[in-house]
Amino acid sequence: MKWGVVSFPGSLDDRDALGALRDVMEQDAVALWHRDESLGAVDCVVLPGGFSYGDYLRCGAIARFAPIMKSIARFAADGGLVMGICNGFQILCEAHLLPGALTRNRSLSFICETASLRVENAATPFTRAARKGQILRIPIKHGEGLYVAPDDELDRMERRGQVILRYASADGESADAANPNGSMRSIAGVANETFNVFGLMPHPEHAVEKILGGEDGRIIFQSIIRSLHSSQASAV
Amino acid sequence: MSGGAVAMPGDPVVGPEQAASHGLSPDEYAAIRRILGRTPTFTELGVFSVMWSEHCSYKSSRRHLKMLPSRGERVAQGPGENAGALDIGDGLLAVFKIESHNHPSFLEPYQGAATGVGGILRDIFTMGARPIASMNSLKFGAFDHPRTPWLLGGVVAGIGGYGNCVGVPTVAGEVMFDAAYDGNILVNAFCLGLVRRDELLSARAHGVGNVVLYVGSATGRDGIHGASLLASAEFDAESQAKRPTVQVGDPFTEKLLIEACLEAAHTGAIVAIQDMGAAGLTSSSSEMASRGGVGIEIDLDRVPLREPGLTPYEILLSESQERMLLVAEPDRVAELASIFGKWDLHSVEIGRITDNGRWRVRAGGKIAADIPVGALTEDAPMYDRPAAPPDPVPAATVVKSAATPEWPDPAAVLRRLIASPNVGSRRWVYRQYDSLVQSNTVTGPGGGAAVLRIKGTRRGLVMKVDSNPRACALDPYFGAIAAVCESAVNVACAGGTPIGLTNCLNYGNPERPAIMWQFIRGVEGIRDAAIALKTPVVSGNVSFYNETEGRAIPPTPTIAMVGLIEDVEARIGPFFQQAGDAIVIVRSARPSIAASEYGALFGAGAASLRPIDPAREKLLIDTLIGASGAGLIRSVHDVAEGGLAVGIAESCFGEVKLGAAIELPSDGLDANGPDHGIGHKLDQLTDLFGEGRSTLVISAPDRSVGPLRARFAAAGLEVFLAGRVIAEPRLIIGSVIDEDLSGLEELYERVIPGRLGQL
Repeated sequence: MKWGVVSFPGSLDDRDALGALRDVMEQDAVALWHRDESLGAVDCVVLPGGFSYGDYLRCGAIARFAPIMKSIARFAADGGLVMGICNGFQILCEAHLLPGALTRNRSLSFICETASLRVENAATPFTRAARKGQILRIPIKHGEGLYVAPDDELDRMERRGQVILRYASADGESADAANPNGSMRSIAGVANETFNVFGLMPHPEHAVEKILGGEDGRIIFQSIIRSLHSSQASAV
Repeated sequence: MSGGAVAMPGDPVVGPEQAASHGLSPDEYAAIRRILGRTPTFTELGVFSVMWSEHCSYKSSRRHLKMLPSRGERVAQGPGENAGALDIGDGLLAVFKIESHNHPSFLEPYQGAATGVGGILRDIFTMGARPIASMNSLKFGAFDHPRTPWLLGGVVAGIGGYGNCVGVPTVAGEVMFDAAYDGNILVNAFCLGLVRRDELLSARAHGVGNVVLYVGSATGRDGIHGASLLASAEFDAESQAKRPTVQVGDPFTEKLLIEACLEAAHTGAIVAIQDMGAAGLTSSSSEMASRGGVGIEIDLDRVPLREPGLTPYEILLSESQERMLLVAEPDRVAELASIFGKWDLHSVEIGRITDNGRWRVRAGGKIAADIPVGALTEDAPMYDRPAAPPDPVPAATVVKSAATPEWPDPAAVLRRLIASPNVGSRRWVYRQYDSLVQSNTVTGPGGGAAVLRIKGTRRGLVMKVDSNPRACALDPYFGAIAAVCESAVNVACAGGTPIGLTNCLNYGNPERPAIMWQFIRGVEGIRDAAIALKTPVVSGNVSFYNETEGRAIPPTPTIAMVGLIEDVEARIGPFFQQAGDAIVIVRSARPSIAASEYGALFGAGAASLRPIDPAREKLLIDTLIGASGAGLIRSVHDVAEGGLAVGIAESCFGEVKLGAAIELPSDGLDANGPDHGIGHKLDQLTDLFGEGRSTLVISAPDRSVGPLRARFAAAGLEVFLAGRVIAEPRLIIGSVIDEDLSGLEELYERVIPGRLGQL
C-alpha cells in the first residue's frame, strides 16, 4: 500500500503530509511532482495545502492544469482514493472532481485556529474509523474556505451523504458562531458521488501528534488505511 | 589608477546640487570625488548615495555596535554576515536575525510589512538555512488615532499574506499601541532557520574568474532609493509622495527561491550568496566582493528586466524583491541552472569575480561605474556623532491624568487594564497567521514565548520578542536592560535556557545629540544585560530617523531572544492546571507604576524607574530553570503589561477554566511575615499594577511550595505563597477584587475586534 503526495510550486503542507504519513502513520509515501505525467503505483493520492502557483488568480485555478492532474482525474475515474486538503480541496473543486467552490472567508481575513468538526457520514473510505456525530478537533488555516454550491446541489449532496464534515461547536451543535468562515450549511468537507474523492479545508496532517496539539487527524488517515487494506484484501 | 566611467545617455549633469538631492553631505560628495579622482557619473552618484546611506552603511552606529558582546561557545557566526548563527547541538545551527521595515509599512502597510517579512526570510535562507519560524514586533499609534485601524489591518494582513504563502509559521510577537508612534509605526520582523553546520553558506565572494549568477525575479523600477531617501530620512508632510519607493512582494516566487536555493546549497556548488535587499544589485555585489577581498564586474545588459528602457542607475538601485546573487565556479553553473530551472526561476550569468579590487559595471558596452569595492563598503564614512542627554532628562512617562487618584477601586482598574489594547488578547492578530505549517509548533502565539521542536531530536527551540519603550523613554539604558531581561525571562518561563539574541534598534534622527545619547545608552544597556545573561548578540539591525516633523519615537530597542530546551516534552505552559494548587509569586525586585500601562491610563504621579540589576534577573532565570527541571512547577507566567493582577487573571485563561484566590494584606504583600522569606512591604497599588521587574506567577502542588521557596529565597529573590488555584472561575484578590473570570476573559478577548467594530 503506497501513498503519493503531490507538490505543486507553492505547495506548503506537502512535507507535513509526507511526515504525518511516514513518521506517524508509518506508511509508505512518496512525493509526486506537478510535472509528472504518471502517478506510479500509488493507492491513494493526497493534494496538500499551500498556495499553488501563488493562488494569484483563483485558488487552485492554475494547479488544475498541471500535467499530473490528468493522471489524477483518470485515477479518480478508476475509483482510486484522492484526498485534497485545503488548497488541495480548492484544486479538486476547480478540476470538477468535487462539487462546489471555495471563496473568501466571511471575515475576509485568513484564519488559523483549531476547529471542531462533526462527522456527518462515517460510512466513507475517509471516515470509517470515526463514529457518525463524533467531534474531531482539527486545525484550519486558510483565507478562502467558504464553501459554496447551488442550493439544489447541496440538497442532493446532503441526501446522498456527500457532506462528510461540518463545523460545529465543541459539544456538537452546528451553530453560526461555530462556523469559522461562513461556509454554506457549515460544510467543512465533501466527497464526490462515488465517495472516492474527498476534499476538506481542515488539516488532518496537522493533528496527528499530541505534542503539536492533538491526534484527531489520525482518524482520517486510519480510515483510508483500513479502506485500502479491505480493498486489497477483496482484490486478492 | 582611478578608473574611468562614462555618462549614460540622458544622464543629468552631476554636481553638488545633485549630490545634495541624493542625501549626500558636501563633505561626502568631496570624499567621493577624492576617491574617484574625478566627478562621479550620475550612475555612480546614485550608487554612492545608497551605499553611504545610514541604512546600508551604519555610519552613525557602527562604532557603537562594536561594544556588543558577540562571542560565546555556541556562536558559529556573529555579526558581519546576513544573519548570526548559534550551535544548538546535533550538528545543527540556528540562524536568526531581526530587521525593521518601519517607514515602508507606515506609507503602505500591506506591502511594507509583507516585504519586511520577505527580506528577513532571504537573510536566513541566504545562509543555507531553512526558515522555520517568524516573529514580529509591532508598534502602532494610539488605537483611536484615525490611521491606526488602517495601519494595523494592513500590517497584519501583509505579514500574514507573505508569511502564510511561503510556508513559514509566525509563532510569537508583540503588539503595542501608543500615541508616541502616531507618526511613525514600527514593524520589526524576525526569522529563524536551521542548517547543518557543514552546509552553512557565506556571502564572501572568492575565486577570480568565478561566475556571478543572478537568480529570481526580474528587475523593475520599484523600490528605487528605498534605502536612502525612505529609510534614512525623517518623515515630513511630503512623505506620502515617497510611496513609490515601497517595494511590492511576491511570496510565491520567494517560496520557489527558498526551495531552489536550499536545493542548490546541498550541491556544494555555491561559493557565495547574498540576497538583493536594500540597494539591491549594488549592495549584494559590492558587499560580497568586499568580504572576500576581491573585485567584481557585472554587465547590466544581461540582467533580466520587467520592462525595457531601465537605465543603469535604475537597475543598480532597484529594490525589486525576491532576487538573489550567487557566485559559483564556472564548471558548476550548469548544475545550478538546472536546479533553478526546475523551480521555474531565472538564473543568468551577469558577471565575474576579478582580482583588481574594483566594482565595475558595464552597460551597452560601456563602463557605467568603476569604483574601488572598499569605498562602497568598509571604507564608507563612519561618524562619531555628538551625543548629549536631553535637558531636562525625562522624568515621567506619558501621563494622561496628572493626578494619581488617592486609592482607586482595584477591581475597576483591573477591568480597565484588561480592556486596554496593550493588555487584551492578541488573538485577532495572530489568528491571521499560519502558526502550524512545518509541524514543529509546540507552543504557538498567545502563550508568551513560542516553543518549536527540533525534528529528529528531543530538544526544542524557544523564542520571544520583547521591548519596553516606555521604560526606555524614562531611561534608555535601563529600558534596554528591561527589554533584554523580559525576553529572557519569557524564554525561561517556557522552559528554555536563553542562548543568544538579535536586536533591532529603532531610534530617531542620529544627527540630534539627544537621540545619539539615547542610542548609545541603549546599546550599553543591551551590552550589560547580554553579558550578565551570557546571551551573545549575533546579529541585528539599526533603524534611525524614526521621527515625523521633529518628533521622535521613544527609544525602542527590540530584542528577540532564542533559547534551547533539552526535553521539549517537559515544557511548561503559562496557564493554571489544577484546582487546589498553590500560587507562588516570585519577584526580582519591587515593580513600579512608572512606565506601566497603569501609569499610561491613570497617571504615574511621581513614580520613577528604578535601576535594574541584570545579574539579579539572571539569578531569577537560573533558579526558575532549575525549579522547572526538578519538576516543581505546574505552570509559570511572566507578568507583563498591566502588572500582577492582570498576570494572575491571564494565568486563568487556559483551556481549563479555573480561578484564583489570592490573599493580600491591607498594606500590601508582606514579605516579612513569619514564613515569607525576605522582602519588604509594598503598597497595594504598586503590587497589583506595577511593572518593570520580572514577576512570576507560578502554580505548583503543595509539596513543591517548600522547595520552591527555599530555592528562590536562597537566590535572594522575593518569594510569596500568595494563594490557591480554585475550581470556581473567579479572581479573588484579598478584599479588593472579586471578579467573575468569564466576564474578564470576554473583556480581554473583545479588546481589538471590539474597537475595530468586528464583533
